[in-house]
Amino acid sequence: MDPLPEPVSYLCGDCGVENTLKPGDVIQCRECGYRILYKKRTRRIVQYEAR
Amino acid sequence: MSESDDSMSEIDAQEQNHSNGVGGGIPDYIMNLDNIPAKLPTHLELHKTRVICNIDAPQHTDPINYSGAYAALGVDNSVRLDNFCQNFKVEVKRFTDEDIEFDMIGIDPAIANAFRRILIAEVPTMAIERVYIANNTSLIQDEVLAHRLGLIPINADPKLFEYPDNAGGENNEKNTIVFKLHVHCVKGQPRITVKSDALKWLPNGSELIADDTKPNAESKPKTFTSFRDNHDSKKKFAKNPPAPKNLDIILAKLGPGQEIELEAHAVKGIGKTHAKWSPVATAWYRMLPEVVLMEDVVDEMAEELVSKCPAKVFDIEDIGEGRRRARVVNARACTLCRECIREKESEDGADKKEKESEDGADKAIVIKKKEWEDLISLRRVKDHFIFTIESTGAISPDVLFTEAVKILEDKCERVITELS
Repeated sequence: MDPLPEPVSYLCGDCGVENTLKPGDVIQCRECGYRILYKKRTRRIVQYEAR
Repeated sequence: MSESDDSMSEIDAQEQNHSNGVGGGIPDYIMNLDNIPAKLPTHLELHKTRVICNIDAPQHTDPINYSGAYAALGVDNSVRLDNFCQNFKVEVKRFTDEDIEFDMIGIDPAIANAFRRILIAEVPTMAIERVYIANNTSLIQDEVLAHRLGLIPINADPKLFEYPDNAGGENNEKNTIVFKLHVHCVKGQPRITVKSDALKWLPNGSELIADDTKPNAESKPKTFTSFRDNHDSKKKFAKNPPAPKNLDIILAKLGPGQEIELEAHAVKGIGKTHAKWSPVATAWYRMLPEVVLMEDVVDEMAEELVSKCPAKVFDIEDIGEGRRRARVVNARACTLCRECIREKESEDGADKKEKESEDGADKAIVIKKKEWEDLISLRRVKDHFIFTIESTGAISPDVLFTEAVKILEDKCERVITELS
């Protein structure tokens, strides 16, 4: 395991604002208090065949 | 050389003088030669050269290929190269940047069809084949977007590129065109429509870092292509850089805050592999229509005929004394709908026939009962093809056809080497 777990940013399901959470944080939007957060799309490159 | 030319022209002049008098334009001494084919009787000539389109079905549709088909009549039906060379004609009727219509006269349907099939499936073009998506938060799914990108016609000459190496070889400037698409809709702004003009050519190859290599301080990070610094290839495209042919193709729509970032790699291919490589929107041919009025169609009948034809093949001419006659003016426009030879429902109803049998003396009705099918003969000329090519725009249609001819030539040469 990584000694320093990187903070991950999530998008609020209600107001769409970006939230940065660390392990152990309460899952809640900082702006509006909404409790559903979405993970962002990976920046990893996905290859598709254009067919 | 000049002497023989002179003597030839003398003979020509003699022929012309001679033909003015007798033999319907053919000099007697030619008709008396042994190996000159005699003429076929008219009805056989009709069956040989025309498809006759009756109300129920076409007739005499097959080409007569057997060399000895008319041996009993002393007519040679064999195919001869010099005959073909003399009789074959191409007449261009319409020619724009995107389409061409021309007549191919004096060719076998099999060869005309070979050209059509080669145009659709075997003339190479460039098309987007691999799409590397770094980010796509738009509504359109990655795979759907990739498929849409694949179908965009790319304006690049495929002759300047090689086919990709499918054995896992590298992608370089010789076989790949790289495009970048990076659009972002700022929050608070209205929606963006992403069109094909957003695809930007990257002459130096891919800019995305391939994931499996770790960033290394000394060497350049590995990307999805390995382009060499090649100034020649960049000069080659200086005038006409690779780009989508149409810049107004809608790819996606972005809402506020949405983003698409991707790279699209175009490669050379043929329509047989996937329709996106097909250089034509479509290519087709039809046989030349021939419409013949077997008898004079006059007055009301003539007007009825003109109004019946949706393709405006017929027109009316005055023949004096206030009478009118139908005339074929534009047979080429005939779509073979056969509306002109169809009998009206009310006319051929059963009750009318009964009436006739009851009152046999009513000759007016009997005359009117002459069927349209007997008055008009719809035919098609078997060896005259109206060929139309609609290009997708990347290659002009005349070049497409010459390419198709070259491909057929290559195929024939391959067969010859196989056999010898």
